[in-house]
Amino acid sequence: MSTTATAPVPGGPQGKPEQAKERKQTVSAKPVTWKLPVTLMVLAVVAFIFFGLMGPQKTAKFGVSSGGDFFQLPAIEVPAFLSGIVLSVILLVLAGYSMVLKTNNRHSPRWLPVVFTVIFVVAFLIWVVGGARTPSISLAGLIAGSVTLAVPIVFGSLSGVLCERAGVVNIAIEGQLLGGAFTAAIVASLTDNPYLGLVAAAVAGALVSMVLAVFSIKYVVNQIIVGVVLNVLVSGLTGFLFSTVMQANKEMFNSPGRLPIIEIPILSSIPVIGPILFKQSVVGYLMYVAVIVVWIGLFKTKWGLRVRSVGEHPQAADTLGIKVNATRFWNVTLGGAVAGIGGSFFTLVAIDSFTKEISGGRGFIALAAMILGRWNPIGAFFAALLFGFADNLQSIVTIIGTPVPSQFMAMLPYLVTVFAVAGLVGRSRPPAASGIPYVKG
Amino acid sequence: MVRVLKLELKGITKRFGSLVANDHIDVVVEPGQIHCLLGENGAGKSTLMNVLYGLYEPTEGQILIDDKPVTFRGPGDAMAAGIGMVHQHFMLVPVFTVAENVALGAEATKAGGFLNLDDTRRKIKEISDRYGFDVDPDAMVEDLPVGVQQRVEIIKALVRDAKVLILDEPTAVLTPQDTDELLDIMRQLKSHGTSIVFISHKLREVKAVSDTITVIRRGKVVGSADPGASTTELASLMVGRAVNLTLDKAPAKPQETTFQVKDLTVIAPSGQHVVDGISFDIARGEILAVAGVQGNGQTELTEAILGLHERAQGSILLDGEELLGRSVKDVLNAGVGFVPEDRSVDGLIGTFSIAENLILDRYDKAPFAKGISMSPATVLENAKTRIEEFDVRTPSGSLAAGTLSGGNQQKVVMARELSRPLRLFIASQPTRGVDVGSIEFLHKRIVAERDHGTPVMIVSTELDEVIELADRIAVLYKGKLVGIVPAGTGRDVLGLMMAGLSPEEALADAARKQPATDPGGAAAADAAAGAAAGPAPTKESNQAPAAHPVQESSSGAVGDDHE
Repeated sequence: MSTTATAPVPGGPQGKPEQAKERKQTVSAKPVTWKLPVTLMVLAVVAFIFFGLMGPQKTAKFGVSSGGDFFQLPAIEVPAFLSGIVLSVILLVLAGYSMVLKTNNRHSPRWLPVVFTVIFVVAFLIWVVGGARTPSISLAGLIAGSVTLAVPIVFGSLSGVLCERAGVVNIAIEGQLLGGAFTAAIVASLTDNPYLGLVAAAVAGALVSMVLAVFSIKYVVNQIIVGVVLNVLVSGLTGFLFSTVMQANKEMFNSPGRLPIIEIPILSSIPVIGPILFKQSVVGYLMYVAVIVVWIGLFKTKWGLRVRSVGEHPQAADTLGIKVNATRFWNVTLGGAVAGIGGSFFTLVAIDSFTKEISGGRGFIALAAMILGRWNPIGAFFAALLFGFADNLQSIVTIIGTPVPSQFMAMLPYLVTVFAVAGLVGRSRPPAASGIPYVKG
Repeated sequence: MVRVLKLELKGITKRFGSLVANDHIDVVVEPGQIHCLLGENGAGKSTLMNVLYGLYEPTEGQILIDDKPVTFRGPGDAMAAGIGMVHQHFMLVPVFTVAENVALGAEATKAGGFLNLDDTRRKIKEISDRYGFDVDPDAMVEDLPVGVQQRVEIIKALVRDAKVLILDEPTAVLTPQDTDELLDIMRQLKSHGTSIVFISHKLREVKAVSDTITVIRRGKVVGSADPGASTTELASLMVGRAVNLTLDKAPAKPQETTFQVKDLTVIAPSGQHVVDGISFDIARGEILAVAGVQGNGQTELTEAILGLHERAQGSILLDGEELLGRSVKDVLNAGVGFVPEDRSVDGLIGTFSIAENLILDRYDKAPFAKGISMSPATVLENAKTRIEEFDVRTPSGSLAAGTLSGGNQQKVVMARELSRPLRLFIASQPTRGVDVGSIEFLHKRIVAERDHGTPVMIVSTELDEVIELADRIAVLYKGKLVGIVPAGTGRDVLGLMMAGLSPEEALADAARKQPATDPGGAAAADAAAGAAAGPAPTKESNQAPAAHPVQESSSGAVGDDHE
């Protein structure tokens, strides 16, 4: 648990304390590894060969404004081959710099992998679009679509953050999303009110979560196992009800009607960011609110301090009179409600009906987003956006017709997940007591 | 001036199943006193304090504050009543700042539940100034030295207006110099009106600081003593019989050097160099004791020698043969005997019988195995001999090893490792949590192995044990070898080395101070009583109650392992 005991310097004669202090600083720095420089170099070489040397001799066109914007920006046109060469050379330089730093036994600065990733993605985008039959896409549409696809992932990862920060691993996000989606559809259909569907989705997610909470906290069953079982259970249950009840009377049980898109005048016409921030359904706006509220809650309030202490060192929390298991229970329940709202996005916003397995594994992607975002709501939000982007790119690219097989594109989000979770993006440290039940005494 | 309160425990009994950890204990803590609870490991001191702090509910008995009975449903109630506790294993969240840790559970807030850490910072500063603590409220706790972390714990209690402060084995993780500072802090707290309940088994400290001493043995109060009483008196009260605490040990007759470690480095999964370029050697017929505060690389050093670490570099030579990079089995077959620091986790299989545990390393060799089958009769026969030879107190070798007391478990491990021809013997924390009678015996066996001409390496965080056994002493600090000094080096010098000073610096520094008057008897008694439950927290506390010792009464152990 706690680190090496660094015995403090005895209150001996003058001069000694300083000496030992110096000594303390020389040891135990994290050693510099080859992992990052080598990975960057491999990626840079790949970029140079494919995006550079083998790049398409066309001009890639990126539309920025859409017709409704209140001022128009010209589309960005870039020569694909040239920019491929330039960008991949920059990547090579960055990777080389990282290697030089390593040979001098120094860490790469934190901006380096971030800048590298951004340039790599841009180069990739130009390569893909440049090689397409119609080398033109709408950048605004790409980004707006990414956000849309990211919504359930963001809610799912927030659910994960809420649970794991309190020390419970929530593998059941997938089940909570699915439960939310199903309940939203059925309640909205029955009541003809999508807003009631939204509320019902939160309740359904919370109920799925409570099962997880009761078994993992009260009966100390392995959290991973309960989570997996819940996923299978919810999937089976919704699948069964879908084919027996919903299919039989689609009108009555599976036509929820959509939540309206609420457009905020003027602001929604700002190019690129307008549609993302100001042209969303209730669920979309709720997402932004939830990210900010959870972040403030966890890191700025009394509640958050207690939750984090329970997830890091439950014994310590207990000795200070904090009710560890009650805190965990309510946090897991809350997490479930949040994921449930995310699930309603499938049936109330994206599509206006429920189908089997509509969540399509996004609960697991959400788990990856949480890890990639280092158990921080804001980090998880951006990680989820990245997954949404990969997801969206795949469908757009298939439409505009690229030489890259669409199957490869479909792999992208999962590939990103594997690398992200493998910790390539930087070592992340989960809450210390995450996954460990707390039994008193 | 703070209001002082009188605390009284009346007939406190705590049972865990059939085990009686506390048996009708009466203790009165007078206001403004340092009251020491003295007892061996497992005597029930920690259990009693956990009852007082509201962590356990007493089976019977009453707690009285200012003569009024109170019931504590949880630590919150105890704190509200003015009781604070510094646990043996610190209750601090490592990734929180000092201020966050102090605020936790009693947070000052602004409107809307937002934290107001400025208020906490101010309080920390106030207390730091009053007692001369040098604590930065915004430092991350995991970056702080152990001594400072302990002060954070004390601040935590004081911020909550503790009038009675319980210190549970507070010196177990400290260097001797840190310990002296802590004793000073305790005196200061007392002069400011805080009563202190000081739990310890170290006689020297107890004598130095206590106003009243209550001795607890096997869950019962066996008497009180005056701090002026002699160490031998205190020791025999604590142990329950007259104890001979000094080890008769002939001077070492080192022969040729057969074991060498060169530039050994072990890299932890975190990338940290937990053992950092260590070189030393041990001659036949010599005991090298490795000293150091818990967690400075001792565990990894022994594990690397045994071949348990993949990421170990350097060289480990036994009779000129390279051991590094070979499998554990190879290393054992090369004649290395190894007693791990946590016997219940790494030394024994609790659900296997004693007889089986005694042949864990040779189950596949004659005479215990014949082809693919084992010979149970030989295994039992072997057990009989070993049990007799090592004085393991058990009715039968076919009982599960987990039912034995700590001392007897350790004897089983020791018996297994010493019952084949060895070319190197390594024992980690050979007497941790072991009762006094067994300690004497185990120490004698270790010395006998040395006299038999085996190079012996002892790792211990108990300075007294190191001094007792060593022919030479190596001190580790943050994975580095601070130096190797001859036996007979003073406690104060060793203490300074444990804080990272080189032997030369330490010697010079110690010489400048008053030559410490070290009552040899006290040191020896500490060693005996000691084997101090240094932190092996998670492992120990994970044990099922059934694994707790029940066989031998002198360790009747429940309490102390129970946090």
